[in-house]
Amino acid sequence: MSRRYKMSVGPIHPALKEPIYFNLTIDGERIVEADVKPGQAHRGIEWMGMRRNIIQTIYLAERICGICSASHPFAFCRAVEMAAEIPVPPRAQYIRVIIAELERVHSHILWAGVAAHEIGFDTLFHKTWDVREKVMDLLELLTGNRVNYGMWQIGGVRRDILPEQVPKIQEALDYYAALLDPFQALFLEDRTIAARTRNTGILEAGVAEQLCALGPTTRASGLRRDVRVDDPYHAYADMELKALTPADMDLPMKIGGDVFDRIVVRLLELEQSVQILQFCVANLPDGPIMEEPKPAKLLRRLKKAEGEGVGRHEAPRGEVIHRVVLEAGKDELTTWKVRAPTYNNMFSWIPMLVGEEIADIPIIAASIDPCMSCMDRITLTDGATGSSTVLTGRELHRRSVEKTRRIMGGA
Amino acid sequence: MKADEILTSLQEALGEHLTEGRIRTTTEGVRERTSSSVWANVDRERLHDAVAQVWGWGHSHLAVVSGSDQGETIELTYHLTHGWGTPDGETEIHLRTELPKDDPVIDTITDIIPVAVVTEREKEEMLNVDIRGLPDHRHIFLSEKFPGGIYPWRKDEQGIPDDMIRDFRDEGVHK
Repeated sequence: MSRRYKMSVGPIHPALKEPIYFNLTIDGERIVEADVKPGQAHRGIEWMGMRRNIIQTIYLAERICGICSASHPFAFCRAVEMAAEIPVPPRAQYIRVIIAELERVHSHILWAGVAAHEIGFDTLFHKTWDVREKVMDLLELLTGNRVNYGMWQIGGVRRDILPEQVPKIQEALDYYAALLDPFQALFLEDRTIAARTRNTGILEAGVAEQLCALGPTTRASGLRRDVRVDDPYHAYADMELKALTPADMDLPMKIGGDVFDRIVVRLLELEQSVQILQFCVANLPDGPIMEEPKPAKLLRRLKKAEGEGVGRHEAPRGEVIHRVVLEAGKDELTTWKVRAPTYNNMFSWIPMLVGEEIADIPIIAASIDPCMSCMDRITLTDGATGSSTVLTGRELHRRSVEKTRRIMGGA
Repeated sequence: MKADEILTSLQEALGEHLTEGRIRTTTEGVRERTSSSVWANVDRERLHDAVAQVWGWGHSHLAVVSGSDQGETIELTYHLTHGWGTPDGETEIHLRTELPKDDPVIDTITDIIPVAVVTEREKEEMLNVDIRGLPDHRHIFLSEKFPGGIYPWRKDEQGIPDDMIRDFRDEGVHK
Protein backbone atom coordinates (compact mmCIF):
# COMPACT_ATOMS: atom_id res chain seq x y z
CA MET A 1 0.00 0.00 0.00
CA SER A 2 1.41 3.36 -0.92
CA ARG A 3 1.65 5.94 1.79
CA ARG A 4 2.30 9.62 1.25
CA TYR A 5 4.49 11.71 3.50
CA LYS A 6 5.08 15.44 3.80
CA MET A 7 8.73 16.37 3.74
CA SER A 8 10.15 19.84 4.38
CA VAL A 9 13.53 21.07 3.28
CA GLY A 10 14.44 24.33 4.93
CA PRO A 11 13.32 27.03 5.71
CA ILE A 12 16.95 28.10 6.11
CA HIS A 13 17.85 26.11 3.09
CA PRO A 14 21.50 26.11 2.20
CA ALA A 15 20.83 25.97 -1.52
CA LEU A 16 20.39 29.72 -1.73
CA LYS A 17 21.67 33.02 -0.46
CA GLU A 18 18.04 33.80 0.22
CA PRO A 19 16.69 31.17 2.60
CA ILE A 20 14.24 28.84 0.96
CA TYR A 21 11.84 26.15 1.99
CA PHE A 22 10.80 23.10 -0.03
CA ASN A 23 7.51 21.53 0.91
CA LEU A 24 7.47 18.09 -0.67
CA THR A 25 4.94 15.29 -0.74
CA ILE A 26 6.65 11.93 -1.10
CA ASP A 27 5.41 8.46 -1.88
CA GLY A 28 8.13 6.05 -0.88
CA GLU A 29 11.28 7.51 -2.37
CA ARG A 30 9.39 9.36 -5.09
CA ILE A 31 8.49 13.07 -4.97
CA VAL A 32 4.87 13.53 -6.10
CA GLU A 33 4.28 17.21 -5.25
CA ALA A 34 6.60 20.12 -4.63
CA ASP A 35 6.09 23.66 -3.41
CA VAL A 36 8.77 26.29 -2.96
CA LYS A 37 8.45 29.00 -0.33
CA PRO A 38 11.26 31.52 -0.05
CA GLY A 39 12.24 32.04 3.49
CA GLN A 40 12.32 34.09 6.57
CA ALA A 41 15.44 36.16 6.66
CA HIS A 42 14.93 38.98 4.18
CA ARG A 43 17.91 41.25 4.83
CA GLY A 44 16.28 44.44 3.57
CA ILE A 45 19.31 45.43 1.50
CA GLU A 46 17.16 47.65 -0.72
CA TRP A 47 15.84 49.40 2.38
CA MET A 48 19.41 50.00 3.60
CA GLY A 49 20.49 51.18 0.17
CA MET A 50 17.85 53.90 0.16
CA ARG A 51 19.42 55.36 3.34
CA ARG A 52 22.96 56.02 2.13
CA ASN A 53 24.51 57.85 -0.79
CA ILE A 54 24.68 56.27 -4.22
CA ILE A 55 28.42 55.57 -4.22
CA GLN A 56 28.10 53.81 -0.85
CA THR A 57 25.25 51.78 -2.30
CA ILE A 58 27.57 50.32 -4.99
CA TYR A 59 29.46 48.51 -2.22
CA LEU A 60 26.23 47.34 -0.67
CA ALA A 61 25.10 45.99 -4.08
CA GLU A 62 28.42 44.16 -4.34
CA ARG A 63 27.63 42.38 -1.06
CA ILE A 64 24.19 41.07 -2.11
CA CYS A 65 25.95 37.90 -3.22
CA GLY A 66 29.47 36.63 -2.58
CA ILE A 67 29.79 34.93 -5.94
CA CYS A 68 28.00 37.55 -8.04
CA SER A 69 29.99 40.37 -6.50
CA ALA A 70 30.69 41.72 -9.99
CA SER A 71 27.23 41.09 -11.45
CA HIS A 72 25.20 43.15 -8.98
CA PRO A 73 27.32 46.32 -9.13
CA PHE A 74 27.43 45.86 -12.93
CA ALA A 75 23.62 46.00 -13.21
CA PHE A 76 23.37 48.64 -10.48
CA CYS A 77 25.86 51.03 -12.10
CA ARG A 78 24.21 50.61 -15.51
CA ALA A 79 20.87 51.55 -13.93
CA VAL A 80 22.28 54.67 -12.21
CA GLU A 81 24.20 55.67 -15.35
CA MET A 82 20.99 55.44 -17.40
CA ALA A 83 19.04 57.49 -14.84
CA ALA A 84 21.70 60.19 -14.45
CA GLU A 85 22.83 60.04 -18.10
CA ILE A 86 26.47 59.39 -17.25
CA PRO A 87 28.51 57.82 -20.07
CA VAL A 88 31.06 55.07 -19.47
CA PRO A 89 34.43 55.36 -21.24
CA PRO A 90 35.10 52.46 -23.66
CA ARG A 91 38.12 51.24 -21.71
CA ALA A 92 36.02 50.93 -18.57
CA GLN A 93 33.33 49.07 -20.54
CA TYR A 94 35.95 46.47 -21.47
CA ILE A 95 37.44 46.21 -17.97
CA ARG A 96 33.95 45.66 -16.54
CA VAL A 97 33.38 42.80 -18.97
CA ILE A 98 36.79 41.30 -18.15
CA ILE A 99 35.99 41.21 -14.42
CA ALA A 100 32.45 39.93 -15.05
CA GLU A 101 33.71 37.09 -17.29
CA LEU A 102 36.43 36.12 -14.81
CA GLU A 103 33.63 35.90 -12.29
CA ARG A 104 31.70 33.60 -14.61
CA VAL A 105 34.78 31.36 -15.01
CA HIS A 106 35.21 31.00 -11.25
CA SER A 107 31.47 30.62 -10.66
CA HIS A 108 30.99 27.89 -13.29
CA ILE A 109 34.06 25.96 -12.06
CA LEU A 110 32.82 26.29 -8.48
CA TRP A 111 29.44 24.98 -9.59
CA ALA A 112 30.98 22.02 -11.42
CA GLY A 113 32.80 21.07 -8.22
CA VAL A 114 29.65 21.36 -6.11
CA ALA A 115 27.74 19.21 -8.61
CA ALA A 116 30.44 16.52 -8.44
CA HIS A 117 30.36 16.64 -4.63
CA GLU A 118 26.58 16.32 -4.53
CA ILE A 119 26.73 12.96 -6.28
CA GLY A 120 29.66 11.79 -4.19
CA PHE A 121 32.44 12.32 -6.74
CA ASP A 122 34.78 14.14 -4.39
CA THR A 123 37.96 13.51 -6.40
CA LEU A 124 36.53 15.64 -9.17
CA PHE A 125 35.26 18.19 -6.64
CA HIS A 126 38.79 18.71 -5.29
CA LYS A 127 40.27 18.81 -8.80
CA THR A 128 37.83 21.51 -9.98
CA TRP A 129 38.31 23.68 -6.90
CA ASP A 130 42.05 23.30 -7.29
CA VAL A 131 42.02 24.66 -10.86
CA ARG A 132 39.62 27.44 -9.79
CA GLU A 133 42.42 28.95 -7.70
CA LYS A 134 44.09 30.26 -10.86
CA VAL A 135 41.21 32.60 -11.66
CA MET A 136 40.86 33.62 -8.00
CA ASP A 137 44.53 34.60 -7.96
CA LEU A 138 44.05 36.55 -11.16
CA LEU A 139 41.05 38.41 -9.72
CA GLU A 140 43.13 39.22 -6.66
CA LEU A 141 45.95 40.50 -8.86
CA LEU A 142 43.62 42.73 -10.90
CA THR A 143 41.30 43.99 -8.17
CA GLY A 144 43.03 43.33 -4.85
CA ASN A 145 40.37 40.87 -3.72
CA ARG A 146 39.22 37.31 -4.40
CA VAL A 147 35.60 38.39 -3.92
CA ASN A 148 33.95 41.82 -3.50
CA TYR A 149 36.24 43.36 -6.08
CA GLY A 150 35.53 47.04 -5.40
CA MET A 151 36.04 47.75 -9.12
CA TRP A 152 32.80 49.46 -10.02
CA GLN A 153 32.22 53.19 -9.94
CA ILE A 154 29.35 55.16 -11.46
CA GLY A 155 30.66 56.04 -14.93
CA GLY A 156 33.60 53.66 -14.98
CA VAL A 157 35.86 51.40 -12.97
CA ARG A 158 38.16 52.27 -10.07
CA ARG A 159 41.29 50.41 -11.20
CA ASP A 160 42.96 50.17 -14.57
CA ILE A 161 44.43 47.03 -16.08
CA LEU A 162 48.14 47.72 -16.32
CA PRO A 163 50.32 46.58 -19.26
CA GLU A 164 52.37 44.35 -16.93
CA GLN A 165 49.19 42.55 -15.84
CA VAL A 166 48.24 41.54 -19.38
CA PRO A 167 50.75 38.60 -19.61
CA LYS A 168 49.31 37.27 -16.32
CA ILE A 169 45.79 37.36 -17.78
CA GLN A 170 47.05 35.69 -20.94
CA GLU A 171 48.77 32.97 -18.92
CA ALA A 172 45.54 32.22 -17.02
CA LEU A 173 43.53 32.14 -20.26
CA ASP A 174 46.00 29.68 -21.82
CA TYR A 175 45.77 27.58 -18.65
CA TYR A 176 41.98 27.38 -18.89
CA ALA A 177 41.97 26.91 -22.67
CA ALA A 178 44.17 23.83 -22.18
CA LEU A 179 41.80 22.53 -19.48
CA LEU A 180 38.64 22.66 -21.57
CA ASP A 181 39.10 19.28 -23.29
CA PRO A 182 40.06 17.33 -20.15
CA PHE A 183 37.15 18.98 -18.33
CA GLN A 184 34.70 17.93 -21.01
CA ALA A 185 36.07 14.39 -20.95
CA LEU A 186 35.89 14.22 -17.14
CA PHE A 187 32.32 15.46 -16.91
CA LEU A 188 30.70 14.22 -20.09
CA GLU A 189 32.32 10.83 -20.64
CA ASP A 190 32.08 9.65 -17.07
CA ARG A 191 29.59 6.83 -16.45
CA THR A 192 28.84 7.87 -12.88
CA ILE A 193 27.98 11.44 -13.79
CA ALA A 194 25.85 10.35 -16.74
CA ALA A 195 23.99 7.81 -14.57
CA ARG A 196 23.10 10.41 -11.95
CA THR A 197 22.34 13.40 -14.17
CA ARG A 198 20.78 12.15 -17.44
CA ASN A 199 16.97 12.27 -17.39
CA THR A 200 17.13 13.73 -13.89
CA GLY A 201 15.53 17.06 -12.98
CA ILE A 202 14.02 17.71 -16.41
CA LEU A 203 12.85 21.20 -17.33
CA GLU A 204 11.14 21.24 -20.71
CA ALA A 205 11.66 24.22 -23.01
CA GLY A 206 8.01 25.32 -22.98
CA VAL A 207 7.89 25.18 -19.20
CA ALA A 208 11.14 27.12 -18.87
CA GLU A 209 9.67 29.83 -21.10
CA GLN A 210 6.42 29.98 -19.09
CA LEU A 211 8.39 30.23 -15.85
CA CYS A 212 10.55 33.09 -17.20
CA ALA A 213 13.58 30.98 -16.19
CA LEU A 214 17.00 32.45 -16.80
CA GLY A 215 20.60 31.77 -17.62
CA PRO A 216 22.08 28.28 -17.98
CA THR A 217 18.88 26.84 -16.45
CA THR A 218 16.88 27.94 -19.49
CA ARG A 219 19.65 27.51 -22.08
CA ALA A 220 20.07 23.87 -21.00
CA SER A 221 16.45 23.36 -22.05
CA GLY A 222 17.33 24.57 -25.53
CA LEU A 223 16.20 28.19 -25.35
CA ARG A 224 18.71 30.68 -26.72
CA ARG A 225 18.25 33.43 -24.17
CA ASP A 226 21.20 35.51 -23.00
CA VAL A 227 21.21 39.25 -22.25
CA ARG A 228 24.78 39.50 -23.56
CA VAL A 229 23.50 38.35 -26.96
CA ASP A 230 19.87 39.52 -27.08
CA ASP A 231 20.49 43.09 -25.91
CA PRO A 232 24.29 43.42 -25.97
CA TYR A 233 25.94 46.08 -23.85
CA HIS A 234 29.45 47.33 -23.13
CA ALA A 235 32.16 45.18 -24.76
CA TYR A 236 29.61 42.44 -25.58
CA ALA A 237 28.16 44.82 -28.20
CA ASP A 238 31.45 44.64 -30.11
CA MET A 239 31.54 40.83 -30.37
CA GLU A 240 29.73 38.19 -32.36
CA LEU A 241 28.24 36.11 -29.56
CA LYS A 242 25.79 33.26 -29.51
CA ALA A 243 23.57 32.08 -26.66
CA LEU A 244 24.77 28.51 -26.13
CA THR A 245 22.63 25.42 -25.71
CA PRO A 246 23.61 21.72 -25.54
CA ALA A 247 22.98 21.62 -29.33
CA ASP A 248 26.27 23.49 -29.72
CA MET A 249 28.24 20.54 -28.40
CA ASP A 250 28.68 17.51 -30.59
CA LEU A 251 26.69 15.02 -28.55
CA PRO A 252 24.91 11.86 -29.68
CA MET A 253 21.68 12.54 -27.76
CA LYS A 254 18.92 15.14 -28.08
CA ILE A 255 18.54 18.07 -25.69
CA GLY A 256 16.90 16.67 -22.56
CA GLY A 257 16.75 19.78 -20.37
CA ASP A 258 18.13 17.63 -17.56
CA VAL A 259 20.95 18.09 -15.06
CA PHE A 260 23.41 16.64 -17.58
CA ASP A 261 22.51 19.37 -20.07
CA ARG A 262 23.04 22.00 -17.39
CA ILE A 263 26.59 20.67 -17.05
CA VAL A 264 27.04 20.76 -20.84
CA VAL A 265 25.90 24.39 -21.06
CA ARG A 266 28.21 25.55 -18.27
CA LEU A 267 31.19 23.78 -19.87
CA LEU A 268 30.39 25.48 -23.18
CA GLU A 269 30.12 28.81 -21.43
CA LEU A 270 33.48 28.30 -19.81
CA GLU A 271 34.95 28.05 -23.30
CA GLN A 272 32.93 31.08 -24.41
CA SER A 273 34.14 33.14 -21.44
CA VAL A 274 37.76 32.36 -22.30
CA GLN A 275 37.08 33.56 -25.87
CA ILE A 276 35.36 36.74 -24.62
CA LEU A 277 38.30 37.45 -22.32
CA GLN A 278 40.77 36.91 -25.16
CA PHE A 279 38.80 39.36 -27.30
CA CYS A 280 38.67 41.97 -24.53
CA VAL A 281 42.39 41.74 -23.75
CA ALA A 282 43.32 41.94 -27.44
CA ASN A 283 40.98 44.86 -28.15
CA LEU A 284 41.20 46.80 -24.89
CA PRO A 285 40.71 50.45 -25.97
CA ASP A 286 42.95 53.23 -24.68
CA GLY A 287 41.63 56.17 -22.73
CA PRO A 288 40.26 57.09 -19.32
CA ILE A 289 38.63 54.56 -17.01
CA MET A 290 36.23 56.96 -15.30
CA GLU A 291 33.87 59.65 -16.50
CA GLU A 292 34.43 61.58 -13.25
CA PRO A 293 37.43 60.52 -11.16
CA LYS A 294 36.67 62.76 -8.16
CA PRO A 295 34.05 61.08 -5.91
CA ALA A 296 32.93 64.41 -4.37
CA LYS A 297 32.21 65.89 -7.80
CA LEU A 298 30.49 62.69 -8.89
CA LEU A 299 28.27 62.77 -5.80
CA ARG A 300 27.32 66.40 -6.54
CA ARG A 301 26.41 65.42 -10.09
CA LEU A 302 24.34 62.48 -8.86
CA LYS A 303 22.58 64.72 -6.34
CA LYS A 304 21.46 67.04 -9.14
CA ALA A 305 20.29 64.19 -11.32
CA GLU A 306 16.64 63.33 -11.64
CA GLY A 307 15.36 60.24 -13.39
CA GLU A 308 14.82 56.56 -13.54
CA GLY A 309 17.00 53.78 -14.88
CA VAL A 310 17.12 50.04 -15.32
CA GLY A 311 20.32 48.02 -15.70
CA ARG A 312 20.62 44.41 -16.72
CA HIS A 313 23.55 42.01 -16.83
CA GLU A 314 23.85 38.32 -17.64
CA ALA A 315 25.24 36.99 -14.37
CA PRO A 316 26.59 33.40 -14.20
CA ARG A 317 23.09 32.29 -13.10
CA GLY A 318 21.12 34.43 -15.58
CA GLU A 319 19.77 37.92 -15.97
CA VAL A 320 20.14 40.23 -12.98
CA ILE A 321 18.15 43.46 -13.11
CA HIS A 322 18.31 46.60 -10.97
CA ARG A 323 15.89 49.52 -11.09
CA VAL A 324 16.73 52.87 -9.51
CA VAL A 325 14.97 56.24 -9.17
CA LEU A 326 16.98 59.39 -8.45
CA GLU A 327 15.40 62.58 -7.16
CA ALA A 328 17.15 65.95 -7.52
CA GLY A 329 18.43 67.28 -4.20
CA LYS A 330 18.71 63.87 -2.55
CA ASP A 331 21.93 61.99 -1.82
CA GLU A 332 20.23 58.60 -1.73
CA LEU A 333 18.12 56.65 -4.18
CA THR A 334 14.39 57.05 -3.66
CA THR A 335 13.66 53.62 -5.18
CA TRP A 336 15.92 50.62 -5.59
CA LYS A 337 14.72 47.22 -6.70
CA VAL A 338 17.05 44.26 -7.17
CA ARG A 339 15.97 41.11 -8.96
CA ALA A 340 18.55 38.32 -8.80
CA PRO A 341 18.30 35.35 -11.21
CA THR A 342 17.26 32.82 -8.58
CA TYR A 343 14.10 34.87 -7.92
CA ASN A 344 12.90 33.64 -11.31
CA ASN A 345 14.67 30.29 -11.38
CA MET A 346 13.40 28.91 -8.07
CA PHE A 347 9.99 27.97 -9.45
CA SER A 348 11.63 25.79 -12.08
CA TRP A 349 12.55 23.46 -9.21
CA ILE A 350 8.93 22.31 -9.01
CA PRO A 351 8.73 20.60 -12.43
CA MET A 352 12.31 19.38 -11.95
CA LEU A 353 11.64 17.70 -8.61
CA VAL A 354 8.27 16.06 -9.26
CA GLY A 355 8.74 12.39 -10.10
CA GLU A 356 12.31 12.25 -8.78
CA GLU A 357 13.74 10.53 -5.72
CA ILE A 358 14.76 12.03 -2.38
CA ALA A 359 18.37 11.14 -3.16
CA ASP A 360 18.17 13.35 -6.25
CA ILE A 361 17.22 16.51 -4.31
CA PRO A 362 20.83 17.66 -3.78
CA ILE A 363 21.89 17.43 -7.42
CA ILE A 364 18.62 18.89 -8.73
CA ALA A 365 18.68 21.76 -6.23
CA ALA A 366 22.29 22.42 -7.16
CA SER A 367 21.63 22.18 -10.89
CA ILE A 368 20.14 25.67 -11.15
CA ASP A 369 23.28 26.82 -9.32
CA PRO A 370 22.25 28.21 -5.99
CA CYS A 371 24.99 27.98 -3.35
CA MET A 372 24.86 24.53 -1.71
CA SER A 373 27.36 25.35 1.00
CA CYS A 374 25.86 24.15 4.27
CA MET A 375 22.90 21.79 3.90
CA ASP A 376 21.11 22.25 7.14
CA ARG A 377 18.32 19.87 8.10
CA ILE A 378 15.37 18.02 6.66
CA THR A 379 12.23 16.98 8.49
CA LEU A 380 10.31 13.91 7.41
CA THR A 381 6.74 14.04 8.67
CA ASP A 382 4.55 10.98 8.69
CA GLY A 383 1.35 12.16 7.02
CA ALA A 384 -0.86 9.69 8.89
CA THR A 385 0.46 10.09 12.42
CA GLY A 386 1.98 13.56 12.17
CA SER A 387 5.22 12.22 13.64
CA SER A 388 8.36 13.56 12.13
CA THR A 389 11.95 12.56 11.64
CA VAL A 390 14.76 15.01 11.33
CA LEU A 391 17.36 14.24 8.72
CA THR A 392 20.56 16.23 8.73
CA GLY A 393 22.07 17.60 5.56
CA ARG A 394 24.78 15.00 6.00
CA GLU A 395 22.14 12.27 5.88
CA LEU A 396 20.67 13.67 2.66
CA HIS A 397 24.14 13.80 1.15
CA ARG A 398 24.74 10.19 2.29
CA ARG A 399 21.57 9.11 0.48
CA SER A 400 22.78 10.79 -2.69
CA VAL A 401 26.18 9.09 -2.51
CA GLU A 402 24.51 5.74 -1.80
CA LYS A 403 22.36 6.15 -4.88
CA THR A 404 25.47 6.71 -6.99
CA ARG A 405 27.02 3.51 -5.57
CA ARG A 406 23.80 1.57 -6.15
CA ILE A 407 23.56 2.67 -9.77
CA MET A 408 27.18 1.90 -10.46
CA GLY A 409 26.47 -1.81 -10.24
CA GLY A 410 26.36 -2.33 -6.49
CA ALA A 411 30.07 -1.64 -6.29
CA MET B 1 9.77 44.08 -33.26
CA LYS B 2 11.81 47.23 -32.82
CA ALA B 3 11.22 49.63 -29.94
CA ASP B 4 9.21 52.10 -32.06
CA GLU B 5 6.97 49.31 -33.39
CA ILE B 6 6.38 48.05 -29.84
CA LEU B 7 5.43 51.53 -28.63
CA THR B 8 3.14 52.19 -31.61
CA SER B 9 1.42 48.85 -31.17
CA LEU B 10 0.81 49.52 -27.47
CA GLN B 11 -0.40 53.06 -28.20
CA GLU B 12 -2.85 51.80 -30.81
CA ALA B 13 -4.25 49.17 -28.48
CA LEU B 14 -4.48 51.33 -25.36
CA GLY B 15 -5.34 54.75 -26.83
CA GLU B 16 -5.69 57.41 -24.16
CA HIS B 17 -4.94 54.87 -21.42
CA LEU B 18 -1.26 55.00 -22.35
CA THR B 19 0.55 58.26 -21.63
CA GLU B 20 4.13 59.53 -21.73
CA GLY B 21 5.14 56.76 -24.13
CA ARG B 22 8.81 57.22 -24.96
CA ILE B 23 11.86 55.39 -26.23
CA ARG B 24 15.12 55.76 -24.33
CA THR B 25 18.48 54.78 -25.71
CA THR B 26 21.97 54.07 -24.43
CA THR B 27 25.17 53.72 -26.44
CA GLU B 28 27.16 50.53 -25.95
CA GLY B 29 30.70 49.46 -26.83
CA VAL B 30 33.34 50.92 -29.12
CA ARG B 31 31.05 50.34 -32.09
CA GLU B 32 28.44 52.52 -30.33
CA ARG B 33 25.53 50.13 -30.63
CA THR B 34 22.22 51.75 -29.70
CA SER B 35 20.22 49.88 -27.09
CA SER B 36 16.58 51.02 -27.00
CA SER B 37 13.95 50.53 -24.33
CA VAL B 38 10.25 51.42 -24.26
CA TRP B 39 8.80 53.33 -21.29
CA ALA B 40 5.16 54.26 -20.75
CA ASN B 41 2.53 55.03 -18.13
CA VAL B 42 -0.56 52.85 -18.34
CA ASP B 43 -3.86 53.27 -16.46
CA ARG B 44 -4.29 50.51 -13.91
CA GLU B 45 -7.54 49.32 -15.53
CA ARG B 46 -5.64 48.53 -18.73
CA LEU B 47 -2.30 47.32 -17.34
CA HIS B 48 -3.50 43.70 -17.51
CA ASP B 49 -4.38 44.15 -21.20
CA ALA B 50 -1.00 45.69 -21.95
CA VAL B 51 0.85 42.77 -20.33
CA ALA B 52 -1.40 40.30 -22.20
CA GLN B 53 -0.54 42.05 -25.46
CA VAL B 54 3.23 41.89 -24.86
CA TRP B 55 3.02 38.26 -23.72
CA GLY B 56 0.94 37.37 -26.78
CA TRP B 57 3.74 38.40 -29.13
CA GLY B 58 5.78 35.42 -27.90
CA HIS B 59 9.46 35.50 -26.95
CA SER B 60 8.41 37.84 -24.15
CA HIS B 61 9.65 37.80 -20.60
CA LEU B 62 8.59 39.25 -17.26
CA ALA B 63 11.72 40.33 -15.40
CA VAL B 64 10.02 41.65 -12.26
CA VAL B 65 7.42 44.09 -10.96
CA SER B 66 8.97 46.91 -8.94
CA GLY B 67 7.16 49.49 -6.87
CA SER B 68 7.49 52.45 -4.56
CA ASP B 69 5.59 54.77 -2.26
CA GLN B 70 5.02 58.09 -4.03
CA GLY B 71 3.25 59.88 -1.17
CA GLU B 72 -0.33 60.08 -2.43
CA THR B 73 -0.03 57.02 -4.64
CA ILE B 74 1.77 53.72 -4.96
CA GLU B 75 3.62 53.25 -8.19
CA LEU B 76 4.14 49.82 -9.75
CA THR B 77 6.37 49.25 -12.77
CA TYR B 78 6.14 46.05 -14.80
CA HIS B 79 9.53 45.29 -16.33
CA LEU B 80 9.04 43.13 -19.42
CA THR B 81 11.15 42.35 -22.44
CA HIS B 82 10.24 41.20 -25.90
CA GLY B 83 12.33 39.50 -28.57
CA TRP B 84 14.77 37.34 -26.62
CA GLY B 85 16.32 34.58 -28.67
CA THR B 86 17.27 36.88 -31.53
CA PRO B 87 20.78 38.35 -31.35
CA ASP B 88 20.45 42.10 -30.87
CA GLY B 89 16.66 41.67 -30.99
CA GLU B 90 15.49 42.09 -27.42
CA THR B 91 13.83 45.29 -26.19
CA GLU B 92 13.01 46.17 -22.60
CA ILE B 93 9.46 47.39 -21.97
CA HIS B 94 8.77 49.25 -18.72
CA LEU B 95 5.09 49.88 -17.97
CA ARG B 96 4.35 52.10 -15.02
CA THR B 97 1.00 52.44 -13.29
CA GLU B 98 -0.19 54.34 -10.21
CA LEU B 99 -2.62 53.20 -7.53
CA PRO B 100 -4.25 55.68 -5.13
CA LYS B 101 -3.42 54.83 -1.50
CA ASP B 102 -7.06 54.81 -0.44
CA ASP B 103 -7.86 52.18 -3.08
CA PRO B 104 -4.59 50.37 -3.96
CA VAL B 105 -6.16 47.65 -6.09
CA ILE B 106 -4.95 46.18 -9.38
CA ASP B 107 -5.78 43.01 -11.29
CA THR B 108 -3.35 40.12 -11.16
CA ILE B 109 -1.39 39.14 -14.25
CA THR B 110 -0.95 35.54 -13.02
CA ASP B 111 -3.73 34.44 -15.40
CA ILE B 112 -1.36 35.44 -18.23
CA ILE B 113 2.03 34.68 -16.62
CA PRO B 114 1.53 32.23 -13.71
CA VAL B 115 5.03 32.74 -12.32
CA ALA B 116 4.20 36.42 -11.65
CA VAL B 117 2.76 35.08 -8.39
CA VAL B 118 6.24 35.54 -6.82
CA THR B 119 6.60 39.19 -7.62
CA GLU B 120 2.92 40.02 -6.97
CA ARG B 121 3.04 38.43 -3.52
CA GLU B 122 6.14 40.50 -2.84
CA LYS B 123 4.28 43.70 -3.80
CA GLU B 124 1.42 42.83 -1.46
CA GLU B 125 3.62 42.24 1.57
CA MET B 126 6.04 45.10 0.92
CA LEU B 127 3.65 47.85 -0.23
CA ASN B 128 0.17 46.85 1.04
CA VAL B 129 -1.39 46.81 -2.40
CA ASP B 130 -4.30 44.52 -3.17
CA ILE B 131 -3.69 42.29 -6.18
CA ARG B 132 -7.19 41.25 -7.25
CA GLY B 133 -7.41 37.60 -8.32
CA LEU B 134 -3.99 36.59 -6.99
CA PRO B 135 -4.27 32.87 -6.12
CA ASP B 136 -1.90 33.02 -3.14
CA HIS B 137 -1.75 35.90 -0.65
CA ARG B 138 0.79 34.44 1.80
CA HIS B 139 3.97 36.30 2.65
CA ILE B 140 6.81 35.31 0.39
CA PHE B 141 10.03 36.99 1.50
CA LEU B 142 8.85 38.20 4.89
CA SER B 143 8.33 35.76 7.71
CA GLU B 144 4.75 34.70 8.44
CA LYS B 145 5.48 36.08 11.92
CA PHE B 146 6.30 39.56 10.58
CA PRO B 147 4.06 42.04 12.45
CA GLY B 148 0.82 42.93 10.67
CA GLY B 149 0.17 46.47 9.49
CA ILE B 150 3.84 47.10 8.65
CA TYR B 151 4.91 47.20 5.01
CA PRO B 152 8.68 47.70 4.61
CA TRP B 153 8.64 49.65 1.34
CA ARG B 154 6.01 52.15 2.51
CA LYS B 155 7.37 55.56 3.46
CA ASP B 156 4.34 56.65 5.52
CA GLU B 157 2.99 55.51 8.90
CA GLN B 158 2.69 51.95 7.53
CA GLY B 159 6.45 51.71 6.92
CA ILE B 160 9.15 50.35 9.24
CA PRO B 161 8.85 52.17 12.60
CA ASP B 162 12.03 53.52 14.20
CA ASP B 163 11.84 51.10 17.11
CA MET B 164 12.26 48.14 14.70
CA ILE B 165 15.66 49.38 13.57
CA ARG B 166 18.83 48.23 15.32
CA ASP B 167 21.78 50.49 14.63
CA PHE B 168 25.00 48.59 15.17
CA ARG B 169 27.03 51.82 15.06
CA ASP B 170 25.34 52.91 18.28
CA GLU B 171 25.02 49.51 19.91
CA GLY B 172 28.40 48.07 19.08
CA VAL B 173 28.38 44.80 17.19
CA HIS B 174 29.86 42.76 20.03
CA LYS B 175 27.41 43.72 22.78
